[in-house]
Amino acid sequence: MTDIAAGKPQAHATGLAATISHVRYVLGDNRVTAFAFGLFVLIVLAALFGPLIVPYDALASNTSVALKPPSLSHWFGTDQLGRDVFSRVIVATRLDLLIAIASVALVFLMGGLAGVAAGFFGGWTDRIVGRIADTIMAFPLFVLAMGIVAALGNTVQNIVLATAIVNFPLYARVARAEANVRREAGFVQAARLSGNGEWRILLGHILPNIMPIMIVQMSLTMGYAILNAAGLSFIGLGVRPPTPEWGIMVAEGAAFMVSGEWWIAFFPGLALMVAVFCFNLLGDGLRDIVDPQRRT
Amino acid sequence: MTAPALLEVRDLTVEFSTRRGVVQAVRHVDIAVARGETLAIVGESGSGKSVTSFAVMRILDRAGRIAEGSVRFSGIDLGGADEAKMRDLRGREIAMIFQNPRAALNPIRKVGQQIEDVLRQHAQAASDAAAKAIAILEQVKIARPKERYHAYPFELSGGMCQRVVIALALACRPQLLIADEPTTGLDVTTQKAVMDLVVELTRERGMSSILITHDLGLAATYCDRVVVMQNGRVVETAQSKQIFTSPAHAYTRKLMRATPRSGVTLRELLPEERLNGETPHSVKSPAKLNGACKAAGANRAPLLVVEKLLKEYPRKGLTRSWFGNLLGRNQPPAEQLPTVRAVDGISFSVHRGESVGLVGESGCGKSTTSTMVMRLIDQSDGSINFDGQDIGAIPAKKFARLPLRKRIQMVFQDPTDSLNPRFTAARAIADPILRLGDIRGRQAVRSRCEALARQVGLPLELLDRFPHQLSGGQKARVGIARAIALDPDLVILDEPTAALDVSVQAVVLNLLQDLKEQLGMSYLFVSHDLNVVRLLCDRVIVMQAGRIVEEGPTERVLFAPEAQYTRDLLAAIPHPPV
Repeated sequence: MTDIAAGKPQAHATGLAATISHVRYVLGDNRVTAFAFGLFVLIVLAALFGPLIVPYDALASNTSVALKPPSLSHWFGTDQLGRDVFSRVIVATRLDLLIAIASVALVFLMGGLAGVAAGFFGGWTDRIVGRIADTIMAFPLFVLAMGIVAALGNTVQNIVLATAIVNFPLYARVARAEANVRREAGFVQAARLSGNGEWRILLGHILPNIMPIMIVQMSLTMGYAILNAAGLSFIGLGVRPPTPEWGIMVAEGAAFMVSGEWWIAFFPGLALMVAVFCFNLLGDGLRDIVDPQRRT
Repeated sequence: MTAPALLEVRDLTVEFSTRRGVVQAVRHVDIAVARGETLAIVGESGSGKSVTSFAVMRILDRAGRIAEGSVRFSGIDLGGADEAKMRDLRGREIAMIFQNPRAALNPIRKVGQQIEDVLRQHAQAASDAAAKAIAILEQVKIARPKERYHAYPFELSGGMCQRVVIALALACRPQLLIADEPTTGLDVTTQKAVMDLVVELTRERGMSSILITHDLGLAATYCDRVVVMQNGRVVETAQSKQIFTSPAHAYTRKLMRATPRSGVTLRELLPEERLNGETPHSVKSPAKLNGACKAAGANRAPLLVVEKLLKEYPRKGLTRSWFGNLLGRNQPPAEQLPTVRAVDGISFSVHRGESVGLVGESGCGKSTTSTMVMRLIDQSDGSINFDGQDIGAIPAKKFARLPLRKRIQMVFQDPTDSLNPRFTAARAIADPILRLGDIRGRQAVRSRCEALARQVGLPLELLDRFPHQLSGGQKARVGIARAIALDPDLVILDEPTAALDVSVQAVVLNLLQDLKEQLGMSYLFVSHDLNVVRLLCDRVIVMQAGRIVEEGPTERVLFAPEAQYTRDLLAAIPHPPV
């Protein structure tokens, strides 16, 4: 128990092995996180291999089997054009996930870096970034996203951009707070003494230290990004039919709800819910994994 | 001790369940406190001294439990008492003072109200609570208690906050007071005032008290009996006089040896077995030659000359208009701004190969001075001459990448805080070499790191560990290796051992002395601990409120102080009975 200056041999696993054993510990300790990780692996597999494994072509219509309820040959039923809902739900995973990942990566670059710079440099940088974030927060976020896509044009790239912009304040604020508390930390001063310039300290010393928190933030906003992209498609902005996409499929299926064909909207909606649920749970689990307090 | 003990801890074992299985923090501990007795529990970090007191108060966290043994307090079995009973006893019969007074007070409630809360909780007062609270504040010697009743904790100094905490603890006239490191983090003069107060109040009321501390000197000065703990076990229990004159256990002797005190040299702090063998750092090396060359220039011009150094900070919250705040434009012309002088025109010099101590209590400006010399912040006025160049004229922002940076380095106060948590030890040591050094290539940098690690006595297999996998002493060595990596001329030591246990401190201080001799560096040693300064420094500068009050050779300043302030500082150091 006593610290001995000369250093006694301690059995510490280092590097990759330690990380793996830690991840295994967290997953074993928390079944919910393990479940979320399982879901995540399923979603990624569906995104990677979806088009190869689905039983039907997601775009091929076959009016002879239109509007059939779920059965053994069509697990999730068929839509008004006779397309297999199951195949479409699986194939849509790739597009929805790509939009979410691209927008989260983009907002991390914009918001994360702006926030770190604001927290570290303070002064004018801080004021400018802060006011930009305040301005974005002043809008109803979904309406802002709609406006951006409507103004810039109805493309997937613009959905990514709009989703990134509405998430900007979240990233900027988290990054700013984390960078700000480390601004006067001993290791930052030490880095200055070692001859590091301010930018090198920012990118080489501060950013790696706040990455764990940012990764948790990315996982938590991933669910929101998926929802946002689907929401935009639902109201007819962004992805256009007949491309399989969860938001459009819910929109198309909504018209048939009243006449009793519930499965067309229900299954893509369920997929959406499961994906968002998975990323939210994953965020909590990641927090446990990256939290240095638990890593002893 | 004829009367039955007030508190009797028998065969106490406390276990914590952790990821790596059950850990016994306290093992078969027997402690008895008689009525009216003051007992000290002394030990280094991890010795289980705090856990013992938490077990007595039954405030162990969820992972911990009392596995064996009994705790009896004036006939009541605390180990078996239910939570409601304990809640009633805590505060009314047994009170506790914690280390950090600011953390122990609610920041958004007035201190007077907080005292009232305690009184009401234990039904000691009703409508007269406010008057009683003021009376208690007066008893802990807070000046103008009626005004201070309405103060928030942030408006009071650290020592004042600790008095309020003492007032809270004593409000219900408990029979036993447990003080867990009550003065760590306070200045020596404040420490003396707080400890005198605690002893006076407990004697006056016939209370028993337990003082938990890492400082043997403090324990022996203020307590009747001392219990020494190591690794969760009690290794020695004796009257405080006896502990100092004839310590029985080897660990107590080691602890005693390592405690800096008057009349011992730096080498005498090390454990006996280390003295006889050759010290690992005294081997002849090429660096020694280099050091000798540098030291030869001792009678030439001083290495560092600081003249009329001044640092002013704007006083906050006086002239800001809300509109100016809104725009972020809150700076009226500089000459109209009221200012605080953190450093008020001081001048001093450091010669080559010399160690100069900069001593003072918190807020005296010693750290501000060292950071200005270090070129981490700009001074408001005055000049800093380093080896003939006016480095004070170079803005701090630009200084980081200049070749001069190599020659002035620093060892930080907190070894944990000063290491990047995501850098391995080797990466941390290599950082200055990569940025400013002239060694290129992976292999060359690595071998330089290994050479430095050997020089500071850091085992090579620890080089690939992260800071959280290293002990405090090991982290301190990494910090020192980083500071000497570029072979600097001047190293500023900012309380380098303040966060370390005494035995580790002894080793680190000796290491610093060896390195200085080998490399011919000059030290500017910033510290509040006069005993430590005496061991390492040739000359001492005593600062108070931004000014130098006394300066001179160490022996002269410490044994024949001229300034009243220096005398006060020296008198406040605990003097154990010998």
